[in-house]
Amino acid sequence: MTGAATMELTRRALLQGAAATVVALAPGVTLLLGPAPSEARAPGTPVSAKTRWGLLVDVSRYAEVADTVVEACRTENGWTGHGRPLTDPQWVRNVTLNDPRTGAVRTLPVMCQHCEHPPCVDVCPTGASFRRADGVVLVDKHICIGCRYCMMACPFGVRFFVHENVTGQKPHAPRGKGTVESCTLCVHRLDAGRRPACVEAAERKSPGAMIFGDLNDPNSEIARAVGRHVALRLRADLGLDQGVFYKGLNG
Amino acid sequence: MTAAARIEFREHPGWGRGFLTLAGALGLLVLGGLGGAHVMESEGHWVTGMSNRIVWGTPHVFAVFLIVAASGALNVASISSVFGRELYKPLARLSGVLAVSLLAGGLAVLVLDLGRPDRLIVAMTVYNFKSIFAWNIFLYTGFFAVVIVYLWMMMEKRMNRFSKPVGTFAFLWRLVLTTGTGSIFGFLVARQAYDTAVMAPMFIAMSLAFGHAIFLLVVMAASAGTGRPLGDEVVRRLKNLLGIFLAATLYFVAVQHLTNLYIAERQGVERFLLAEGGIYTWLFWVGHVGIGCLVPIALVFAPATASSRGAAGLAAVLAVVGGIAQIYVIIIGGQAYPLVLVPGMEAAGSVLDAGIAPYVPSVYEIALGLGGVGLALLLATIAIKVLPVLPESLADVPAK
Ligand code: SF4
Ligand code: SF4
Repeated sequence: MTGAATMELTRRALLQGAAATVVALAPGVTLLLGPAPSEARAPGTPVSAKTRWGLLVDVSRYAEVADTVVEACRTENGWTGHGRPLTDPQWVRNVTLNDPRTGAVRTLPVMCQHCEHPPCVDVCPTGASFRRADGVVLVDKHICIGCRYCMMACPFGVRFFVHENVTGQKPHAPRGKGTVESCTLCVHRLDAGRRPACVEAAERKSPGAMIFGDLNDPNSEIARAVGRHVALRLRADLGLDQGVFYKGLNG
Repeated sequence: MTAAARIEFREHPGWGRGFLTLAGALGLLVLGGLGGAHVMESEGHWVTGMSNRIVWGTPHVFAVFLIVAASGALNVASISSVFGRELYKPLARLSGVLAVSLLAGGLAVLVLDLGRPDRLIVAMTVYNFKSIFAWNIFLYTGFFAVVIVYLWMMMEKRMNRFSKPVGTFAFLWRLVLTTGTGSIFGFLVARQAYDTAVMAPMFIAMSLAFGHAIFLLVVMAASAGTGRPLGDEVVRRLKNLLGIFLAATLYFVAVQHLTNLYIAERQGVERFLLAEGGIYTWLFWVGHVGIGCLVPIALVFAPATASSRGAAGLAAVLAVVGGIAQIYVIIIGGQAYPLVLVPGMEAAGSVLDAGIAPYVPSVYEIALGLGGVGLALLLATIAIKVLPVLPESLADVPAK
C-alpha cells in the first residue's frame, strides 16, 4: 500500500519534475544563512528528483562544533537516551579516527549517509525503508516490522532500533518502540525550505564547518566545494554514492 | 510387488503416560518461549542482550538453526521419492512431518523476535521484491505448502503415483530455500564476515547435516517411544549419511575462511573469529569443528564405535550442539567485530564504533529460542500420535 504510494510519488516526481521546480523562493532564509538549500516545496507538490540533497563536512574544523551538532540534532528530533549507550539512539554520533601510522586524529560526525544506492532500502522486506526522489532516505514507521535487516545491511551503523518506550516525541519526528529510525536530514525542515538543524547550529559556531545544499545544482556552494576539494566518502569502495562528503579526512 | 505395499503406517494408539509427559514438557517449553517473547515486546528489546551493535541475537541463532534444519530434515523423503531408495520409504513421512514442524518452530521464533510482531500481516502483504528477506517469506510459506501436499501424496493411496514428481519439486524447493537463507547473510556487502557467495552452499551443507542429525534422533526416540522395532541397517545408513554431511559442512567452512584469509582487508575479522575472539574462537574450534564435526565423524566411522547405536545417537546430539555453536559464531561473532568506516584507521569515541561489541544472551532470548525447539518437537510428537506417520516396524527387511 505505502510501497505503491511511494512508487507513485517517485513516478509523479519524475513526470512532473520540471513543473515542480517552479515554486516560490524563500529569500529571507537565503539572506540570513548564506546559500539556501533551495526553495520551499508548495504543499502537495511532489519531491523533485532534480534535487539531490548533500552535506559536506570540513573534518579539519569539525571538532569545534562536534558537541553542538549532536545537541542540535537531539533537541530538534527529540531522541533521548536512558543512559544505556548500546541501546540508546544516536542519530548523529562523533567518531574519532586515529591513523596508526602517523598518530593523526580526526573527529567526524557519522549519521545516515543518504546513499544513492542504499543497501538498507534494498534489503527491507516491506519497503518501509525508502529513498525519496530528492535523495533523502527514510523509514516509514507505519510499515516497519522491526526485523532489523536494514541495520545488518548498513555499512555505517547509523540506524537505531527503538529498544524501549518513547516519550517526548516531536510531532515532525515520530518514533516508535520496535521500529527502526535514523537521521532524516531534517526532512521536515527541508520541505519548509530550511536547512538541517545540525548545519544551522554548526554555522552559528563555525561558518563553513558543514555545508548543506543541492549537489545537482552546479552553482550551489556544496557542489562547488565538492568539486574544488578532495572530498571523500566513507567506504567509497562500496560504490553507494552517499550524499555525505568529508573534506580533509585524509590530509 | 513393491515394498511400499507392505509398509503399514499407524498412528500411536492410546494416551499413555509417556506421551502426555513428553507433550506436557514440550508444551512448557513453548509457554516459556511465549513468556520470553511477551517480556521482550512489552519492555522493549533493551531487556535482552541485543543492542544497536548486535541487532540479531540468540533468537536468530535458534530460528536460523531450525529453518536450516527443516530443509535438511527432508533428506530422507527426497532420497526415497526422488532417488527411489526403497529402504528409506518407511521413513519418508516422518521426514516430511519433521521438515514442516522444524520450519514452524523456526519461523515462530523469527516472528516473535520482530520489533513489531503484530505487523506480521504487513510482512505478508507488502513486499519489496529486491529484498532477499521478502523472497524468503515466499520460500518459507511455499515450503509449507509444498511439503504438506507432498505428505498428502504419500499418505493417500490414490495419490501415491504423484509422490515422485511432487517430491522432486519439494527437493528443488528446499535447495532454493536454503540458498535463500544463506543469501540473507551472503549479500551483506557491508559486513566482512558475511559477504561471500560461499555462504549459500555452506548453508546447504549445514542444512543437510543438522536436519539429518535431528531426524536420526527423532527416529530413534520415536521408535523407542512407540515400541516399534528399529533395524540396524536403517541406523547404519542414516548415521553414515550424517558423517558425510558433516564432512561436507567442514569443507565449506574451510573454503569460507580460507577465501576470507586471502582478502587482505578481511584478515582482521578472520583473526578475530579464528584466533583472538575469545568465546567465538572457542565456539568455532571446540564447539563447531571439534564437538560438532570431527568427534561425530569419528564416532560414525571409527571401527570401534561404527556399529554402536549409542555412538550413532551421541554423534547426532553432538552434531546438533556443534551446529548451534556454528550458527552462533556466524550470527553473533560476525556482528561483534566492528564495522570499518575508513579502512586503515582505528575508530574510537563511541561504543557504536570502538572495539568488539559485548553480548550476553538474556534469559528471555534463550526462552524464546528453546520455545521454538519445543514447538517443533511438539508438532512432530502430535503428528506421530494422531497421523499414520510411522510404520509399524522399522526392522530390517530380510534380503530379497
Ligand atoms: S547510510 Fe545506512 S541507513 Fe543511511 S542510506 Fe546508507 S545504508 Fe541506508
Ligand atoms: S527494520 Fe523496518 S525499515 Fe529496517 S528492514 Fe526491517 S522493516 Fe525495513
